[in-house]
Amino acid sequence: MVQEATQAAHKVQSEAQTQVSAPTGTVRALILTGFGINCEEEFAAAYRMAGAEPTIVHLNQVLHGQVSIHDFDTLNFPGGFSFGDDLGSGVVLANKLRYRQTGAGGRTLLDDIKQFIADGKFVLGICNGFQVLVKLGLLPNLSGEVTPEVTLTHNASGRYEDRWVTLRVNPKASTPFLKGIDTLEVPVRHGEGRLVIPDAAIQQRIEAGGLNCLSYLDANGDGTNVYPFNPNGAALNCAGLTDPTGQVFGLMPHPEAFLSAYNHPDWARRRRQNPTASEEGEGLRIFKNIVEHIAHSRTAAVAAAELATQR
Amino acid sequence: MSDNAPNTTHTIQLTLKPGQHDGDGQRVAEAAARHLGLKTGRVRSAALYTVRYPLSETQLHEFATRCLADPVLHDVRLNELTAAEGFAAYILVARRPGVTDDEGTSAQNALADILNEPLDIHTQHIFSKRLYLLENDLPAEDLRRIAEELLGNKLINWLEVGRVADGIRDYTPRPGGGAEAITEIIKLTDRSDAELVQLSKDNIYALSLEEMRAVRDYFAAAETQAERKAAGLPAAPTDCELEIIAQTWSEHCKHKEFSALINYKDLETGEEKQVDSLFKTYIKNATSEVDRQLRANGNDWLIKVFSDNAGAVRINPDSLFVWKVETHNSPSAIDPYGGAITGILGNNRDPLATGIGGAQLLFNTNVLCFGNPEYDGPLLTGQLHPRRILEGVRKGIEDGGNKSGVPTVNGAIVFDDRYAGKPLVYCGTGAVMPMQFAGKDSWEKIIDAGDRIIMAGGRVGKDGIHGATFSSIELDETAPATAVQIGSPITQKLAMDFLMLASRRGLLKCSTDNGAGGLSSSVGELAGISGGAVVELERVPLKYPGLRPWEIFVSESQERFTLVVEPGKMTELLALGQEMEVELTDIGHFTADGFLDVRFDGAPVARLNMDFLHEGVPRKILEAEWTKPAAAEPEIPATADYTATLGQLLGSLNICSRESIIRQYDHEVKGRTIVKPLMGATGQAPQDAAVVRFNFESWEGVAVSNGILPRYGDLDAYDMSAGSFDEAVRQIIAVGGKLPNLTPGDGIFWSVNDNFCVPDSVYDPTTNPDGKQKLAKLVRMCEALRDATAAYCIPLTSGKDSMKNDFKADGVKISVPPTVLYSMTAKMEDVRRAITSDFKQADDVVYLLGETHDELGGSEFYALHGQLGANVPKVDFEKAKALYTLVGQANDQNLIQSCHDLSDGGLAVALAECTFGYNCGASIDLPETGLALPTQLFSESHSRFLATVAPEDVVAFEQLLGRRATRLGIVTKEVRLVVRHGGREVISADTDVLRSLWTNGPVNKLLGVVSKENLSHSNSL
Repeated sequence: MVQEATQAAHKVQSEAQTQVSAPTGTVRALILTGFGINCEEEFAAAYRMAGAEPTIVHLNQVLHGQVSIHDFDTLNFPGGFSFGDDLGSGVVLANKLRYRQTGAGGRTLLDDIKQFIADGKFVLGICNGFQVLVKLGLLPNLSGEVTPEVTLTHNASGRYEDRWVTLRVNPKASTPFLKGIDTLEVPVRHGEGRLVIPDAAIQQRIEAGGLNCLSYLDANGDGTNVYPFNPNGAALNCAGLTDPTGQVFGLMPHPEAFLSAYNHPDWARRRRQNPTASEEGEGLRIFKNIVEHIAHSRTAAVAAAELATQR
Repeated sequence: MSDNAPNTTHTIQLTLKPGQHDGDGQRVAEAAARHLGLKTGRVRSAALYTVRYPLSETQLHEFATRCLADPVLHDVRLNELTAAEGFAAYILVARRPGVTDDEGTSAQNALADILNEPLDIHTQHIFSKRLYLLENDLPAEDLRRIAEELLGNKLINWLEVGRVADGIRDYTPRPGGGAEAITEIIKLTDRSDAELVQLSKDNIYALSLEEMRAVRDYFAAAETQAERKAAGLPAAPTDCELEIIAQTWSEHCKHKEFSALINYKDLETGEEKQVDSLFKTYIKNATSEVDRQLRANGNDWLIKVFSDNAGAVRINPDSLFVWKVETHNSPSAIDPYGGAITGILGNNRDPLATGIGGAQLLFNTNVLCFGNPEYDGPLLTGQLHPRRILEGVRKGIEDGGNKSGVPTVNGAIVFDDRYAGKPLVYCGTGAVMPMQFAGKDSWEKIIDAGDRIIMAGGRVGKDGIHGATFSSIELDETAPATAVQIGSPITQKLAMDFLMLASRRGLLKCSTDNGAGGLSSSVGELAGISGGAVVELERVPLKYPGLRPWEIFVSESQERFTLVVEPGKMTELLALGQEMEVELTDIGHFTADGFLDVRFDGAPVARLNMDFLHEGVPRKILEAEWTKPAAAEPEIPATADYTATLGQLLGSLNICSRESIIRQYDHEVKGRTIVKPLMGATGQAPQDAAVVRFNFESWEGVAVSNGILPRYGDLDAYDMSAGSFDEAVRQIIAVGGKLPNLTPGDGIFWSVNDNFCVPDSVYDPTTNPDGKQKLAKLVRMCEALRDATAAYCIPLTSGKDSMKNDFKADGVKISVPPTVLYSMTAKMEDVRRAITSDFKQADDVVYLLGETHDELGGSEFYALHGQLGANVPKVDFEKAKALYTLVGQANDQNLIQSCHDLSDGGLAVALAECTFGYNCGASIDLPETGLALPTQLFSESHSRFLATVAPEDVVAFEQLLGRRATRLGIVTKEVRLVVRHGGREVISADTDVLRSLWTNGPVNKLLGVVSKENLSHSNSL
């Protein structure tokens, strides 16, 4: 049966608000769309498969106050070409979040996002969404000031490319998104994914904190700056960043494009070799991780509260 | 100027900080050296923005540094146009007035956000440009060559070049100007035949004398005169009326030649016959017959054919699959980037606006025909180099698909010198639509009098005026600049998101797209449903002032839909448009009075009888004569070893890898692509057809393939067309698809689009002396199409014909070879059962399925020797169908591990390609069949596959396939391809060397993507 993703996805104001009264324990993911974002459906599918309840919302519904990000557990920026990426990937969207006043007293959506993070909630950006988080300064956010510290720009090859890469999780990384993952195969699909770090001091602090949470690997399993294994020439061979809290996570490759084993270019041979292997794709692990983490923390909190009342 | 008195024009320049990699500049330097032989020295690029909003100095500074500049990458210069030390020359690339400037529009969005003010972002106030600084002091003519051949297109770009020392000249477009709201009256009654023809030519009506006479007679008729008088229109036609008729009657819109009466003579057999419309006889009637057979067998999935923007078939009780393929050849010839991007975006609008509208796009495909990109001879006036066309078209498809979030899942590129004048750019789009929107059948187009006409999406400018009529004539050096349009994928994405939501909320009665002919065609066609319309042109929002009413009505400005909305739903619809930032304008309403009535500020601009408009075009009568081309088989000296020949074929233009192009298209956005263009552990094994699943909840999906074999048409157009059809069918069979209607009610839909692209086929003793032969080829192509659809029981659901693919300049005419593309889609019940082409495991047994014949005519092997030959491959539909049925049964039993269809380069090339997926080889023994060795290796006989079977399945497989399968050998761990014949090695090569020859072929080299070693491009081994 063909599922009407769009219909299910775009919630009008009233529907979105009923989400608030979803059963306790359900992890709620808000997925932004509109203005050229185009990976929202597979993003939602990923959360659904991971057991969460995704809601796709047009950015304007959030900017106009019809939907509040605070009713959700995770805030998600999907891939795509927001505003056509004409001024540099993610720039116009980041600019809108930072400057567009959404409420009284000059409040912006960025102010809400800061509050969201301070409340211990999670932000995920993939590809164009990662670019938005970097251009906003939410990643790596060493200073805590949310100002741009690094940037993502044109691939060293000068080209947009769609190809599969292998990533390794930095053992020093501390984010629930990547818990228990060592390596990960995923497609990259971008023209502006080269991480540029302006100076050695920032680089040193990123490395010290393990914020460079994902790196591109070569055939021997080593971090590499060699094309095409490192598809864009990123500094530190870096494919993804977290902030110091580990609550904000962004990456250039697309885990949401590897939800099924049949997404992999070599699936046919692999299934021949191992017919009973899971039909799930490796990318799903990131979403399962965060959903489990939130559900677990919530259970723990409830248990703690119950314990407290019993006393 | 003080901070308090805002200046109204500002310039912002962004340059890269010292030490930052300037990829753009470096590419220009490399391309100038490589393609033009010019030494530029270092090249530095900068972005320029001219801002025509009143801003204070502070606001300007904030805007430049916070919104436009990247603090890590850029230095900012305000209101100064100077160059850094050490650069002698410059090239400034701006846009001509009215050309789409998405980057400028994005900057306007950003400015509105930082100021927190509602700015007018629908008209252009920020203009983006690029500035290139060159180290070497090149003379102006060299700078101009770099500007015109590498950086811009004279038709759309304004290019300034010069020495930095003389000051950098800036240019900012000022669109508009000219007369407004003027409607001219054009008298026809007192014109001679010659004058009528001249009028048609001067105004690009593209109407023949007979058609011009029919128009004249319509206006002269007493009945028309009386009606016009009563409605307050002048006796003679207005400019707008003639334009509407010209658009509606254009070959592009009306398919006059496919509807013509054709007198066909076969000079060989003496047979004579009359074809009463190619479309009716060979396409529509053939599909009706297929539908009858399908329904008789309980397969009633054919829902909508030929009557809407795209064809629709039923996937399951809940949803439809919508499929459309079109061409965009003429625009791509003069502006490859703009032509291709508007081609893909325009084609997207067809499934989007089928029935009610709001289908969800699933994938794109593209098939491209170019001249030799390595051509180094002189070019004709106005002719672009094939390399530029290739690069521009490629970029257009990249942006059109990627920025819309629609995966480009497969395609093909055919090279032939005869495409050097007009390239062929075929764009295909598949979509899924629910069977119902808010309780209404989604595929129906219902309109009643009183329904409102809403224009949605982009605004109207002078871009694309006369696209429909322009593409209906041969191309010459005087191509009008206004025929070019630049697409804006972001504008369309917003409109698309809006349409999907509006249809699901039941706000749309139906919709159509604004393509060729603009509002004139979209409203004109929809008005045919209700029986008339009133349009108030002054309401149409413009990009800039200065358009005359007729220009507004026929402009092909892109990214627009025409929506039909019940008056009671207007409020909700407008609110949704505002929420999603899609401009909606009520421009009139539908009527039932039988007239298309166009007004400007209440004054009548056009009033045309709908019957005359849609049925009044005089029918053409055309002549066709078939003579079989003289052809002979060449003598090619035999050799003992064909390893070198195989290597040459793998590196040849029509066979070599297209990876550098494929990887610049996003082929997996939406996460549903199961078989991609390149697969295997290496990511370099080419596949036959794409497979895409419909959603994440079921494993149902669709296989997609393309059949195109123009060079066989030089031998016989019938066999070329039949072979192309078979090629597309067998590609789908290879990936695990099944023929339709084999079992009652199996519901396996097939949906095929035919796209004919032929040279001018209307005989004229002086300008087109071989027109009768060309038309005869078209007739034969159509006959083959009918036979193929009947044989396989596969229906056509939509299609298109492009009839004037000639380029004429300097007294020379370059005509495309008659070409047909069959774009096929078929349901896959379970995408997990798809079969990929690459060998999977050592010791699997390799089989050749199907029959090889002495059919090297038109083959790549002959082409390598500069020969055409005579024995063109022929399709035996009956045998093919039997084989395909058995392959389907073998797949039902999971007996096949890999399957690759045999095409260009025959068995030898297929064997090599099957080893590209991971490091393996094959040990092959060719049987004694009575065929010569090169024929066995390189014949391109149709309906054949190379398949592998696991050792444990060999008995079952051989039992099932019987004599149709020839055992050739086994897959080996050793990375060598060894082919023996009569006990001796005839091919022996390392498979990674073969892969390297294929990947380092001319296409990847041309785009500057060559793997240094023959390494895999993926590390998932």
